[in-house]
Amino acid sequence: MDTVTITLKKVPGLYLECESVTPDKFAGKNAEEIAALPCAEGKRNYVLGDWFEIAGAAGATAADTKIVVNGAGTDKCKYIGAWMTAGEVVVNGTADMFTGAWMEGGKLTVKGDVRSFSALQMKGGEFIIEGRAWNYLAAAYRGDWRGMQGGTIRVKGDVGSDLGTFMNGGTIIVEGNADIHVGTHAEGGTIIIKGKAHRRVGGQMVKGEIYVFGGCDVMMPGFKKIEEREIEVDGEKHVFNVFIGDLGERHPKSKGEVVYGHLYTLKE
Amino acid sequence: MTEIIIKNGHVFDSVSGLKGEVADVCIKDGKIVESVGNGATVIDAAGKTVMAGAVDVHTHVAGPKVNLGRWYRPEDKFRLGERCSAKMGPNTHIEGGFSIPTVFKTGYEYARMGFAFLMEAAMPPLYARHVHEEIRDTPIQDEAALPVFGNNWFMFEYLKNGELDNAAAYVAWVLRQTKGYGIKCVNPGGSEAWGWGLNCMTVNDPVPYFEITPKEIIDGLIATNEHLKLPHSVHLHSNNLGNPGNYTTTLDSLKIAEGHKANNAFGRDTVLHHTHLQFHSYGGTTWADFESKAKEVMDYVNKQENITIDTGNVTLDETTTMTADGPFEYHLSALNHLKWANVDVELETAAGVVPYIYGKNVKVCEMQWAIGLEIALYAKDMMRTMITTDHPNAGPFTRYPRVYAWLMDKEYRDAELNGFKWSSKVIDATTLAEIDREISLYELSQMTRAAPAKVLGLGSTFGGLAPGMNANVAVYDINPDNMPKGIELENALAKAAYFFKDGVKCVENGVVLEANPVVKETYWVDAKVPENKQVLHDVSEKFLKYYSINLENYDVAHHYVPHPHVIEIEEA
Repeated sequence: MDTVTITLKKVPGLYLECESVTPDKFAGKNAEEIAALPCAEGKRNYVLGDWFEIAGAAGATAADTKIVVNGAGTDKCKYIGAWMTAGEVVVNGTADMFTGAWMEGGKLTVKGDVRSFSALQMKGGEFIIEGRAWNYLAAAYRGDWRGMQGGTIRVKGDVGSDLGTFMNGGTIIVEGNADIHVGTHAEGGTIIIKGKAHRRVGGQMVKGEIYVFGGCDVMMPGFKKIEEREIEVDGEKHVFNVFIGDLGERHPKSKGEVVYGHLYTLKE
Repeated sequence: MTEIIIKNGHVFDSVSGLKGEVADVCIKDGKIVESVGNGATVIDAAGKTVMAGAVDVHTHVAGPKVNLGRWYRPEDKFRLGERCSAKMGPNTHIEGGFSIPTVFKTGYEYARMGFAFLMEAAMPPLYARHVHEEIRDTPIQDEAALPVFGNNWFMFEYLKNGELDNAAAYVAWVLRQTKGYGIKCVNPGGSEAWGWGLNCMTVNDPVPYFEITPKEIIDGLIATNEHLKLPHSVHLHSNNLGNPGNYTTTLDSLKIAEGHKANNAFGRDTVLHHTHLQFHSYGGTTWADFESKAKEVMDYVNKQENITIDTGNVTLDETTTMTADGPFEYHLSALNHLKWANVDVELETAAGVVPYIYGKNVKVCEMQWAIGLEIALYAKDMMRTMITTDHPNAGPFTRYPRVYAWLMDKEYRDAELNGFKWSSKVIDATTLAEIDREISLYELSQMTRAAPAKVLGLGSTFGGLAPGMNANVAVYDINPDNMPKGIELENALAKAAYFFKDGVKCVENGVVLEANPVVKETYWVDAKVPENKQVLHDVSEKFLKYYSINLENYDVAHHYVPHPHVIEIEEA
């Protein structure tokens, strides 16, 4: 795997649209060709070379390409790793909105935080956030009904509101706490919150699994406890209270059985 | 004084009778002329196709339901996950959206394809101001809008009582108030019945409370239209849209035209335009035994010479359906479980909006695609058959070039047909696979230019290249002696080599040259009627009793229509 290191020369005044910073766009290019890829600051069009020092050359394919993003001001870069299908990206700092959005494969690591709408409608791959994530992590785009389809996200810190809205598949692991609206409208997938969730967890959820180790500050009224069960989750074995819901929502049938969403909270 | 000569192109134009002959087209001061002087700007069109600017007879590009679609579908600007078309040319406005594009994208995309005139096909009179605001802000094409009358309380009462003079006076009043162009009729009676949770599924189902039938409404509207001598015929979206077995309702609706004769000074010889016929040509009783009845419907259309139709071709995209057929949208949302918006427009009409995905692996959608193409291919008189996608209902207008290419290249459409998941079922339930016909460039020029211009009563200025007509000229990189096929043909039709609007070069090599290159006009019809105290009394009474706004806040004031083109009609 060949590594390309790009380092911001200065902090952008507005926000930089870095849709070109993906292994797919870099693949098969040398430093000079990478420098010629487009980016935009506000409504002004630039090339990556205007903003980044570029060292190294990409591999022949996206899968053979690793990108390291350095420098003060990475928190002013949007769309890093968006639509990536393979390869690896590491951001040594915080990244702005839409990081890893519509990602389909490969591995994306952000050493700092990610801002809102990251991993939006993610389809596959692995996304590791070492800091915290803002709102709408792995949600559907505003207005859309097709949320996260696959892949894995691990957040070491807390997440904001509207985590995994319209989630259909894949796994999200949050090692910290979650704010309001978790898995709203979910029709599949798994959300694991190691800390606590604030409130409105699983609202209008049709299908899928939500584990909240630290409990919910306020439970949704549409969830009903059916049993207590020992389950292994993310390598830890615990006894959970098992709830079904959201009972206020339309639920499909599969093989004669009504399908519900499941919410699990740790038994004290 | 600007003079332009478009030299040596293959010209396709039924108005001047050219079927691909090499000829020059001369432009002077925004009009087509016989000849120009030596100083004229020369455009070399050798080896290219030249046609008049195209005319869209039925599209939804302006007004409250379009905007409702925009604001409740922010995801439309990302099509299937791909970041789409936030384009910005150096001299033009930013463009966004796919099935419900911004006003700028609307004007620019139509210009790239060579369109000169658009008919906004459904204007709720109460929201006419909004329609005109969007028309004003859409660059390049001249436009007009059809107010809807098929569910209007005034019309129900006048037509029920046989008061033709009052009906005509009311229509003339609405056209003047709303700066409207003609009579649109959507699901006659059914959208009003929807207010009671009901619908009208045949032409004989009475509307609750008003006790008038769709048949009486359509018949009365045609009589009113011809009494007023309007340029366009009645523009009908009949009852029972989109349901298996609906072709009998369609035939019943079309037959209402049989007793009527065109009466106007605009060269229109038809009395009824049935729009998006694809949605109305279904056999079977359920979606399981659903089949095409395109042939049956087109056999009738071909022999009944006083009606015209447009196709409503499904383009197999994710799109946004929107119609004044409120009950239809409710049933659609119950089928696909996607978000549903519904609006009632007091006393006048209703509307619904639902996103829809015409999937290539969904049998019903594949069938709808085939039926739309069959309708165009079964047509015998191309001057009565127009191509539309009922934008955005069956697909976005930006897909016109693809529809044209499917119709013009059998191999291209068969490749699509054979690639379907349910292709053998679609082949069994439709006749598309057996049809060898390929639409010619000349026929295309009729279906997209001369025919819509004629049925709109604009045949003397639009849709042709005869001297005196508006200098709307599209030049495509298509050499008829070496016809491109499939995707190449589609691309050539999508990006005109040149497009002139009123003699101004707006597009070159598919690029729009300026943000607002020409002054666009809004066409509306001022039909004179004798003073009618009864109607004026009824209007003021209904505004006092029922409307939530004052009469004074109803009309489309002058500043909403900065560049009007008024078609005045003398008293009947």
